[in-house]
Amino acid sequence: MTELTNLTVAEIRDGFRVGDFSAREVAQAFNANVAAARALNAFIVETPEKALEAADAADRAKAAGEALKPLSGVPIGMKDLFCTEGVQTTAASHMLEGFTPTYESTVSKKLWDAGAGMLGKLNLDQFAMGSSNETSYFGNVISPWRRGGGDNAALAPGGSSGGSSAAISARLCPAATGTDTGGSIRQPAAFTGISGIKPTYGRCSRWGIVAFASSLDQAGPMARTVRDNAILLETMAGFDPKDSTSLDLAVPQWEANLSSDLKGKKVGIPKEYRPDGLNAEISAMWDRGIEWLKDAGAEVVEVSLPHTKYALPTYYIIAPAEASSNLARYDGVRYGQRDLPDGAGLQDMYAATRALGFGPEVKRRIMIGTYVLSAGFYDAYYTQAQKVRALIARDFELAFEKCDLLLTPTAPSASFALGEKQADPLAMYLNDVFTVPASLAGLPAMAVPGGLDAQGLPLGLQIIGRALDEQTVLNAGLAIEERAGFTARPDKWW
Amino acid sequence: MSIDLQTVKKIASLSRISVTDAEAEAMVPELNNILGWVEQLGEVDVTGVEPMTAVIPNHLRLREDAVTDGNVRDKVLANAPQAEHGFFAVPKVIE
Repeated sequence: MTELTNLTVAEIRDGFRVGDFSAREVAQAFNANVAAARALNAFIVETPEKALEAADAADRAKAAGEALKPLSGVPIGMKDLFCTEGVQTTAASHMLEGFTPTYESTVSKKLWDAGAGMLGKLNLDQFAMGSSNETSYFGNVISPWRRGGGDNAALAPGGSSGGSSAAISARLCPAATGTDTGGSIRQPAAFTGISGIKPTYGRCSRWGIVAFASSLDQAGPMARTVRDNAILLETMAGFDPKDSTSLDLAVPQWEANLSSDLKGKKVGIPKEYRPDGLNAEISAMWDRGIEWLKDAGAEVVEVSLPHTKYALPTYYIIAPAEASSNLARYDGVRYGQRDLPDGAGLQDMYAATRALGFGPEVKRRIMIGTYVLSAGFYDAYYTQAQKVRALIARDFELAFEKCDLLLTPTAPSASFALGEKQADPLAMYLNDVFTVPASLAGLPAMAVPGGLDAQGLPLGLQIIGRALDEQTVLNAGLAIEERAGFTARPDKWW
Repeated sequence: MSIDLQTVKKIASLSRISVTDAEAEAMVPELNNILGWVEQLGEVDVTGVEPMTAVIPNHLRLREDAVTDGNVRDKVLANAPQAEHGFFAVPKVIE
C-alpha cells in the first residue's frame, strides 16, 4: 500500500483522479498523522472535519462524473495568519486568542474554492515576528529534524512559518500556506528540507491576512517539491480588488510551463553574499548549486549588490515602523483581548490590553517602530531607510541587466537549537541576512533543499528572480531539485 | 544616540503599552542595541535618492463611489469584547 502521506500534491491530485485512492482515504491518513504529532506543536487548531468535508465533496463529484477542481482531493495546512471564517485565527498571539473571523481571507478562499481541504491552523511566530517559532503564545514548534549522533536537542523549524515547515517535513500535510515578510517562507523551508516560494509583491492578495508590514508581506506556498509550489501558487495568486496593492495581471500557467532546461539563462552570483566567515558547509553547498545550474545549461556570472550589508538594518526600521502602525488596531475595542483594570479609563484600557495581549518580541518591534516614526527621528531613521531601500532595489535592477536570476544560500546556518539565540534579538535577526534583500525589493524568491550538513540537517539554496518572473525562479528550482536528489526526511521520534 | 529609561517609558506610552519600571529598565539595553545597529544606515550616501514607498510599480485604483459592503453589523460586532445595543462599548471617556 502506498504511504498516502508521503505523496506530493501532484501525486495526490493525479492519483485521486485516476482512482488509485479516494479523497477520504487521503484526508483520513493526514488527519491521523496530525493527531499523532502533537509533540511537534505544529497546529494551533486541528480541523479534521474540514479536511473530511472537502474530501467527501471531491469523492461525490468524482462519483457523479462532475468536473474536478484543480486541488480536488488535496488537504493542506493553513498558517494561522490567514483569517478563516468560523475557525479561530490568532496570529499565534494572546491578543487574538478566541478571535473567530466572520470572513475568509482571499488566498484561503481561493484554495477552498479550488477544492483543497483544511487540516488545521498552523502555529507561527507571534504576528509573524520571529525566525525560530519561539515567539508563539501557543508554545514553540519543534522541528521534526534532529542532529545526528543521538543528540536529541529540540531544534527550531525556522520562522515565522515554522508550523508550516515542520508539518510538511513531518508528513502532516503535503503542502501549506506561508507568508513571507523578510524570509518567513524561505528560511523555515531551508531549515526543514522543503521548498517554498515568495512570489512578487502584489501577486497574492493580502486581504484577510493579519498584517505585519504591509509593504513587505506576501503569501506563498510551501511544499516538498517545486511542482507542488507551482500548483499551489497558481491557485493562491491573482488580482483582488480588496487589496490596493494587488497586481491586476493574469496568473501564468506556472506548472504547465515548468522546465529545468536553463540554456540561454544567466545566473548571477552576488559576491556580497559570500562574506568572510561564511559557514564552510553553506559555502560548499552553494558551489554545488552553481555546478547544478551550469549542468542545466545556464551560464554563471559574478554580480555585485553593493548595498547588501544595509538590507537588514533597513528592514529593521521599515518592518517595525509598519508594524507599529498596523498593530495599533489592537485596542481592546473591536476584537481580541480587553484588559480593563478597576477604574481604568479608555487610555488605560488600551495600554493594559496591549501589555497583556502582546509578547515581548512584538512589544519590542512596536516600540522600535514607534520610536523611528516619532517626531524628530522620522527623517533620520524612517526616511533614510526608505532611501536605502530604493538603493537596494536599484542594486537588483542593475544586476538583472547582466543576468536572469540569482543563486544564493537561503540562510547563514542550518537549524539551531531552541533557546540558543533567544537571549539576543540581534543574533536572531541576522538569520534573515540572505532573504531580506529580495523582500525589500519585492522580488520573487524561492528556497529549495541543497543537501544535508555534517550533522544531518537540511541546508537550502535561494533563487531570486526578476519581478513577475516566477517562472524562471521555479524552473531553476526544478533544475536544482532534479540534481540535488534530496530525499532525506526526518526519522519519526514524535 | 542612545536612549535612556525616560525615553523608553515615553515610547511605551506613545505605543499605548503599559510597562513596569523593571520592564522598561530591561528594554533600555535591548532597544539601544537595535537602534545602535540600525544607525549604520546613516553612512549611506543617499543624495538625490527618492524614498521608496512602493516596490512594484502600481497605481492606486479608483472604484465607483458606491456602497459595496455593509449591513453586516452583527458580524462586525461578533468578536467585540463588549458590544451593547448594536455598538462597541468602551469605558466612559467624558468626565
